[in-house]
Amino acid sequence: MDLITLLQLLDSTLRLATPLLLACLAGLYSERAGIFDIGLEGKMLAAAFLSAGVAYVTGNVWLGLLAGIGASLLLSAIHGLASITFRGNQLISGVAINFLAAGLTVVIAQSWFAQGGRTPQLSGGARFNPVTLPGAEALRDVPVLGPIYYELISGHTIIVYLGLIVVPITAWVLFSTRFGLRLRAVGENPAAVDTAGVSVVGMRFAAVAICGVLCGIAGAYLATALQAGFTKDMSAGRGYIALAALIFAKWRPVYCLWACLLFGFLQAIALRSDLIERVLQFNIQSQLLDALPYILTVVILAGFVGRAVPPRAGGEPYVKER
Amino acid sequence: MTAPQTTPDTAPAIELKGISKAFGPVQANKDISIRVMPGTIHGIIGENGAGKSTLMSILYGFYKADRGEIFIGGTKTEIPDSQAAISAGIGMVFQHFKLVENFTVLENIVLGAEDSGLLRPSLARARRELKALAEEYELNVDPDAIIEDIGVGMQQRVEILKALYRQADILILDEPTGVLTPAEADHLFRILENLRREGKTIILITHKLREIMEITDTVSVMRRGEMTATVKTAETSPAELAELMVGRKVLLRVNKEPATPGAVILDVKDLHVTDAKGVHRVKGVSFEVRAGEVLGIAGVAGNGQSELLEVLGGYETATGTVTMNGTPIDLTGTKSDGQSRRRRGIAHVPEDRQAEGLIMDYSAWENTAFGYHHDDKYRSGLFMNNAAILSDTTDKMQRFDVRPPDPKLAAKNFSGGNQQKIVLAREIERNPDLLLIGQPTRGVDIGAIEFIHEQIIALRDQGKAILLVSVELEEIMALSDRIAVMFDGRIMGTRDPSQTDERELGLLMAGITDTDHDHSVEEIEDNLAKAGH
Repeated sequence: MDLITLLQLLDSTLRLATPLLLACLAGLYSERAGIFDIGLEGKMLAAAFLSAGVAYVTGNVWLGLLAGIGASLLLSAIHGLASITFRGNQLISGVAINFLAAGLTVVIAQSWFAQGGRTPQLSGGARFNPVTLPGAEALRDVPVLGPIYYELISGHTIIVYLGLIVVPITAWVLFSTRFGLRLRAVGENPAAVDTAGVSVVGMRFAAVAICGVLCGIAGAYLATALQAGFTKDMSAGRGYIALAALIFAKWRPVYCLWACLLFGFLQAIALRSDLIERVLQFNIQSQLLDALPYILTVVILAGFVGRAVPPRAGGEPYVKER
Repeated sequence: MTAPQTTPDTAPAIELKGISKAFGPVQANKDISIRVMPGTIHGIIGENGAGKSTLMSILYGFYKADRGEIFIGGTKTEIPDSQAAISAGIGMVFQHFKLVENFTVLENIVLGAEDSGLLRPSLARARRELKALAEEYELNVDPDAIIEDIGVGMQQRVEILKALYRQADILILDEPTGVLTPAEADHLFRILENLRREGKTIILITHKLREIMEITDTVSVMRRGEMTATVKTAETSPAELAELMVGRKVLLRVNKEPATPGAVILDVKDLHVTDAKGVHRVKGVSFEVRAGEVLGIAGVAGNGQSELLEVLGGYETATGTVTMNGTPIDLTGTKSDGQSRRRRGIAHVPEDRQAEGLIMDYSAWENTAFGYHHDDKYRSGLFMNNAAILSDTTDKMQRFDVRPPDPKLAAKNFSGGNQQKIVLAREIERNPDLLLIGQPTRGVDIGAIEFIHEQIIALRDQGKAILLVSVELEEIMALSDRIAVMFDGRIMGTRDPSQTDERELGLLMAGITDTDHDHSVEEIEDNLAKAGH
C-alpha cells in the first residue's frame, strides 16, 4: 500500500469519524451530568433532515446548520423535560426520541419534497464544501509532508475541523472551569451540588442543551457535508456507535477522539474492500467489513477493554431528600 | 478574637418563631420556637420522626414552613433554598455526607463557592484558607486526597470545612457521631469546642443522650413534632431528657442477670468471605456462640460484620466451616439459603430491615408470614391460609406492642421501631435455637429500644444463643455477655464486658491491639483508612 492510498484511507477515517466524535462529545456532556442519552441517534437524524431541508429551500448551508441544531435542541428539550423535570426513565425517553425521529423525518420529507422520504440533492452553497488550508497547493509537491498536509490535513469541511477543536475545548471546560466542576459533580452526586446551593435542574438542562447543539452539528454534517441530502435512516446507528465510543473512552474527551477515530477507521476500511484484498491477498466479504464497527462495539460493551465506571448518578432522576 | 458574651441583650444567632409544617395529614412540626445564642452549642434531641430533621431542613431551605418566622442574628430572614441558607451564614453537616466521592477534598470544598469561572484561582485560595482553618480548629485534612480514599472522620471534617469556607457562623450537625469510633467522636467534640470558642454557633442533632450531656450548653427536646422543653444542659439529667423525649419514664440501662451459657450452638471456624466485587471481606474468623448467651460483635460499619451475618443468614457464600448444633451447615450451593437456615433453627433479623427484613409495600400480615409461609399452620393445601396468618399477626402485634395494631397496614407506613418489632416478632416467635440480629435498634426510638432489648435478653434467658451485630458500642456493651471486635475482616479480640471499657473497645475497633497506652487520632484514622474506610 503506497503513501497516497494510506493517506486516502486516513482522510476518509477523519471524515467518517467526525459525526461520531461530535455525537460522542454530545453524549459526554449529557452523561457526565447524569443524564443518559440513548437518543443521540434520533437527534442526529432529525438534525440531518431539517438541515438538509432548510439548506435546500434557502440554498444556504449555514441556515441549514442552524435549523439542524434547532431540531436537535427541540428533542433535547423533550428529553430534558421527561427525564429531569418529570423524573422519567431516561432510557425510555431516549428510545422514544429515536422512534419519533425515525418516523417523523421520513413522513415530513415525503410531505414536503415528495421524493420517497428523502430531500433533493444539495449542491453549491447548500452544502459544506472542502476548505483548502493555506499553502496546501504550494506544499503539495514537498515529499512526504506535502501529501500529508494536502491529502490528509487540508481539504475537509469546516465541521471536521470544528469537531477536532471541540475535543480540547471540552477537556478544558470539564476540568478547568467552574461549569465543568459542577457538571461533573451533578453526574456523580447531585445531592452535593444541591446542598452547595447550585441548581441541579439548571446544570442538567445546560448539559442536555450542549448535547443538543453538538448532536445537531453532527446530524447536519451527515446530510450537508458527508453526503448531499437527507436519506431515510441515514444516521445508520452512528448515535449508538458514539455511545459505545463514549464507554470505550471512559467518558474522557481525549479518549473520545481516539475511540471515534478507531471506529471511523473501521468504517473507512469497510468502504475500501479492494484495499483489504490487495494487502491481505484474500477477499473478505464486504458484509463482514460493514459489520466490523458493530462487532467491535459488542466486544467493547462486553467489557473487553476493562471496567468503565460511568458517572455514579447517571440514569437516576434527582429527588431531593430530607 | 474573644468569645461573644451570651448576655440577654445580644441578639440570638438563630431564633425560630412558631414554625409549623405539615406533610398531608402528618404535622411534622407544630408551632416550634427556639432561641440559640451565639457562641453556644445547642442540642436538639428527640426520637425518630419527632420532627428534628424537618425543622433543620426548613432552616436549610429544603422545605418551606407553612407558618412561622426565622430570625438570623436578629434579622427576619427568608430561606427559600440552600443558597439563601448559605448566604445567611448557615452551614449544614448532613448525616449522610454530601460529597462527590471521586473528587479531591479541595474540589469538594470549592464546589458551589467558586470565585470565578476558572477553577485554578478558586482552588488556590481554598488551599490557603484550608491551611489557616486547619491550624485554627484542628481540622486537618489532606487537600489533594480523593474523598473515597479517606476515612469517614476526615470526610466529616471536609463537610465542616465546606461550611466554614462558605463563612458559616451557624453550623448544624445531624447525627454526626453515628459513623465515628469513640476516639474520632472525641476529636469531633474538640473541634466543636474550638468552633464555639471562636464564636460560632452550633446546633447538634442527636439521639444520644451522652453526647448532649457532654458537649451542649442548652438542649431542646422534641416529641411528635412539638418542642416539649428547652433547658440548660447543666440543669438536667439523661433520665429527665429521656422522659421528655418519650413522654414517660424510660429505663436507660438493660436489666439482666449474668448469663449461664450452656452447650455450643454455633461454631464458626476460619470463615472467609469474598464479595461479588472480589473484595476479601471476612478474613478467617472463628468464634462460637453458646446457648443462653449474647455474643456481641462490635466494629465500625464495613469491617466484615455485615458479610458475616449474610453468610450465617444464608444469602452470601463463604469458605470455612460453620457447625450448628454439632452438624455442619452448607456455605455454598443450593442448600445455602434462608429457607434451609430457618429449618436448622437459625432466625435472622437483618441489619437493613427495610431492604432485607420486610417488603415495604406488603402489609404487616404478609410480612409476618414471609419466609415461613411453607409452615403447615399457614397453609391449607396448595394455598396460603390467609385467615390463620391474619389472626396470628394480630396476636403477635398485640404481644409486641406494634402500633398501630393493624395487620393490613403496609410495612412502609409503620415507624422504624414498629417495623423492627414486626420483624422481631416473626423471627423470635418461631422458637429458634440461634438468633442472628443486626443493628437491632438502628433508627428505632428510645421507647422501642427498651422493648427490643428486653426481648433479646428474655430470649437469652430462655437458653437461646444470640449473635448480635451493632455499630452502637453502648448497645453492644449493654446486651452482650461476650464482646468480639471486628476490624478489617478479622476479630481483633474478645472481651468480657465487665472487664473492658469504651476506650479499649474503640482502639480494637480501629485495629489497634496494643490497648495499654493511648494512641493519637491520626494513628487511628491511618489504620481505618488502610482498611478502606
